Amino acid sequence: MIEVQSLAKHFGPIVAVDDVSFTARPGEVVGFLGPNGAGKSTTMKMIVGFLAPSAGSAKVCGFDVAERPIEVKKRVGYLPEGAPLYADMTPASFLHFIAAARGFSGAELVERVETAVARTEIESVLDRPIETLSKGFKRRVGLAQALLHDPEVLILDEPTDGLDPNQKHEVRALIREMAPRKTIVISTHLLDEVSAVCSRAIVIAGGRLVADSTPAELEARSRLHNAVALTLRGVQAEVARLKLGALAGVASIEDLAADPGAVAFRVLPEAGRPIVAEVSQAALASGWQVEEIKVEQGQLDEVFRSITTSPAAGRG
Amino acid sequence: MRNVLVVFRREFAGYFTTPLAYVFLIVFLALAGALTFYIGNFFARGQDDLDPFFTFHPWLYLFLIPAISMRLWAEERKTGTVELLLTLPISVADAVVGKFLAAWAFTAVALVLTFPMWVTANVLGSPDNGVILAGYIGSLFMAGAFLAIGSCMSALTKNQVIAFVVACAACFLFTLSGTNLVLNFVEGWMPQVLVDAVASFSFLTHFNAIKKGVIDLRDVIFLGSLICLFLFANVVLVDLKKSA
Repeated sequence: MIEVQSLAKHFGPIVAVDDVSFTARPGEVVGFLGPNGAGKSTTMKMIVGFLAPSAGSAKVCGFDVAERPIEVKKRVGYLPEGAPLYADMTPASFLHFIAAARGFSGAELVERVETAVARTEIESVLDRPIETLSKGFKRRVGLAQALLHDPEVLILDEPTDGLDPNQKHEVRALIREMAPRKTIVISTHLLDEVSAVCSRAIVIAGGRLVADSTPAELEARSRLHNAVALTLRGVQAEVARLKLGALAGVASIEDLAADPGAVAFRVLPEAGRPIVAEVSQAALASGWQVEEIKVEQGQLDEVFRSITTSPAAGRG
Repeated sequence: MRNVLVVFRREFAGYFTTPLAYVFLIVFLALAGALTFYIGNFFARGQDDLDPFFTFHPWLYLFLIPAISMRLWAEERKTGTVELLLTLPISVADAVVGKFLAAWAFTAVALVLTFPMWVTANVLGSPDNGVILAGYIGSLFMAGAFLAIGSCMSALTKNQVIAFVVACAACFLFTLSGTNLVLNFVEGWMPQVLVDAVASFSFLTHFNAIKKGVIDLRDVIFLGSLICLFLFANVVLVDLKKSA
């Protein structure tokens, strides 16, 4: 459980984080989205106790980070931005160190390390110096150290950065598998990751929280949500456009590229309401030959762009 | 306490996984030997104490200890591993003390490896081994003082070169604070009491007593409290960077 209240951070004149508040509960996977420099990592650093906030508070599992930092750190698994590691250690000795620092010893320490190694699949590189590992393996070692103590809260800064598609898939599966028992916050640039893994998306831009909803709700904010892409034959473009534009609930029509002899449109609905029924009925009734008809989901990247580059968001 | 040991073990092992330890030890031992036998005229003197050996320790430490201490905090900041270290459930004090003790233990290893000097003195004559032992202990404490200063300077910056140079300068001032080099700065305007205080900080003055085999409680207290003071400052500096 993470409770963040009006968290703010100033670096001299620069406002990195400005009045961010949210709550994350066990079972939730919260995705932090935002442009580079938006304040996602800074917010995470404050939650974890690495940076002291300029204002506001963060509580993890009921403990205030400013007042009881050690209690917070015991309960949090943190993967910092860039996955920093001790380059001259091997993953084996590194994980031993982290496990020892987390209070484990003896047989339990060995067992914990083995579990983390198995979950992140780094058996093959256990005895190589970390500086010789690829970026993907380094990140997995970083993830392993965050999982060692099976914490209630996981805060992962770009956990799949640098991983190949298979590894991304596995890490996301791992996150989904752990989700029911934990509170997880991940930050990501990858919008498909948000849809794949997160139960909630928080968009941060210019240090401010500009959106906090489920990925589906965010998609619905797109003007493309529930739009109908239509390819027709046997009708003039002008005629079709007029007819479609006149339908109830249609906000506008966009032209799309089409093969010679066919015309293609995107019919945009008012307020994201489904209009596929009206459109298909109109096409049928007019005797048009419908070559292709598709209902579009909102494009997250389009929503992302519109809410992060709007004047309200911009300082960043 | 446990956490101090965990950090200590990691740091100490870390010295030996890279060429750092071996390069340092070889250079330290070679220089110590060269200074003792050539510049210290160990043989020409004809005495069986290790005075020429110990005399050069402050000057050896002046350059070699900052070389050890410069990476203690600056490197962690540069590589970002400080973020890992400080988000573990260990206090900043645990981390500072653990790192310091590991560096001190490493210096102790370097000192222990000079035992051939001691053996030489015993083979060639019959020195007062108690005096020599006192000299080693005093040298170790002085090294600790240099280290504490160096570690504190390392916490000031991400740049290891700056950490090295500033640590050298600070240690230089402390070493020579009994001489005119430093005292001339303060004599004009400070009250005599403070001038005397500054003069009493001199490592040379304290060490000159120690290497003769006299371990005066005042010297021990001075070096011990200096170490504690700079470690405390180190903790404060690392904490401050959190709020930066």
